[in-house]
Amino acid sequence: MIVLHFIVNEILSQPPLLVGIMALIGLIALRKSVSDTVTGTLKVIVGFLILTGGSNIISGALSPFGNMVQAGLHLHGVVPTNEAIVALAQKSFGAQTAIIMALGFVVNLILARITPAKFIFLTGHHLFFMATVLAVVLGSAGITGANESIIGGILLGTVGTIMPAFVHPFMRKVTGGAEFALGHFNSLGYIISAAVGKAVGKNSRTTEEIKVSPKVGFLRDSLVMTTLTMIIIYVVLAVIAGAASIVSYTQGSNYVMFALTQGLTFGAGIAVVLMGVRMILAEIVPAFQGIALKIVPNALPALDCPTTFPFAPTAVIVGFISSLIGGLIGMFLMGPLGLALIIPGMVPHFFDGGTAGVFGNATGGRRGAAIGSFINGLLITVLPALLLASLGKLGLANTTFGDADFCWVGILTGGIAKTGIAGAYILTIVVSAIFVALASLVTVKVNKRSTQSASFTA
Amino acid sequence: MKILAVCGMGFGSSMVLRMTIESVLRELGITATVATADIGTAKAETADIIVTSSEFATMLADKNVPVITITNYVDKNEMKEKLQPVVQK
Repeated sequence: MIVLHFIVNEILSQPPLLVGIMALIGLIALRKSVSDTVTGTLKVIVGFLILTGGSNIISGALSPFGNMVQAGLHLHGVVPTNEAIVALAQKSFGAQTAIIMALGFVVNLILARITPAKFIFLTGHHLFFMATVLAVVLGSAGITGANESIIGGILLGTVGTIMPAFVHPFMRKVTGGAEFALGHFNSLGYIISAAVGKAVGKNSRTTEEIKVSPKVGFLRDSLVMTTLTMIIIYVVLAVIAGAASIVSYTQGSNYVMFALTQGLTFGAGIAVVLMGVRMILAEIVPAFQGIALKIVPNALPALDCPTTFPFAPTAVIVGFISSLIGGLIGMFLMGPLGLALIIPGMVPHFFDGGTAGVFGNATGGRRGAAIGSFINGLLITVLPALLLASLGKLGLANTTFGDADFCWVGILTGGIAKTGIAGAYILTIVVSAIFVALASLVTVKVNKRSTQSASFTA
Repeated sequence: MKILAVCGMGFGSSMVLRMTIESVLRELGITATVATADIGTAKAETADIIVTSSEFATMLADKNVPVITITNYVDKNEMKEKLQPVVQK
């Protein structure tokens, strides 16, 4: 009993150790050598601790931000940045997040094995982020412990299976039938962008005939983009809000210079978090792939969105710019709509907008890319604001999740959680079954149209 | 030998590249360390070969290291075709 108590309280409730144990199990399952297993496990644990360290830097840099928005604009201001909110959430929800991520992967494997929707979601950081959304929303609604893990795991596995399936008809068009799927949790934005492209893009020529200067390369460096955005936002806000708004922080230094330093510090925090995420995923993703290959050898891997970029690099730039315009216009609508002020984050707009551009271009050329991504930009402005209510205490942080699927899944889960534990179980299973059935239908239809069989490239 | 797979974040697409590279290397019977990096870190990292997409290839051109440009990150044939001549030099 004492031993069990110790394991539960001192090991399983310590997120870094829990994540380490999961990696250890995966590495042993794949029969890795002793040295690989030891280094892999240690790296995952250290990576998780690095991520937590980054979250402290971020929360320090974010705290004056709220004061400035409140004083200058009289609103609750938020910059959606997944890495920031996820890092902040690990303090209270780390253990549940880790368990939900592991269970979600298992549920994804089972669904891929027994239904026609054979997609394995391999974008590790998005699984991690979605697991965080579910842990936070369920936990804040009072569903905790084993119930939280099981419901969260079922939902994560379902979403990881269905979103690649729903996007896949368009994905085939984008990649010319390449043997991989899209595993990225802004899929709602891509489906809408592709549908809009279909509707508006008759006879519109492809974006790839436009010449783009190679000078825009810096856009691809997400750390530079994030830091630059935060500096601009901080300095502009400081000027609007005035020195008095952050006098408790500046300790006599110049308030504009202080704001500039905080913007830079936010970038440093993100860099640290990213390093932690990199160390965790370097072990976990290949382990997931190895296990998936053994259990569902004929499945398609669902991969991160930049894998679509080489198929239409110009559409990425068109999509990013259009999405950002949508985000900026959306920002001005937030106050009148009575929502929190969502300031566009460059990273979500670049990756989500860029991918929406690729999808819009595939169905509707230039016009499709521009209009489809613009709609995506509006979508990832309004949805994050609606999600805040479901995040409990974390909804008061000055950052939130930035991609469409995190938001709609979070809002839906919040609604499910409100019905109490029994209701939540029933609704989770019903909703998941309906979604999986739909995803299976879509997949069967797509496969009928193309008789080629797809498999992992092992 | 160290091969560096590069993308914008250093854990999404580059992870896909890394898994494809590793399976091609296994086929060829070559042992090498394959690491992932984001574009910012990649500029400071040392490596014998860099594998990335065309957008990043131009940004890493001044490293005096062979840079391999990949279009389809999961296509083992493309990877093999482009990687084999470089690793077997």
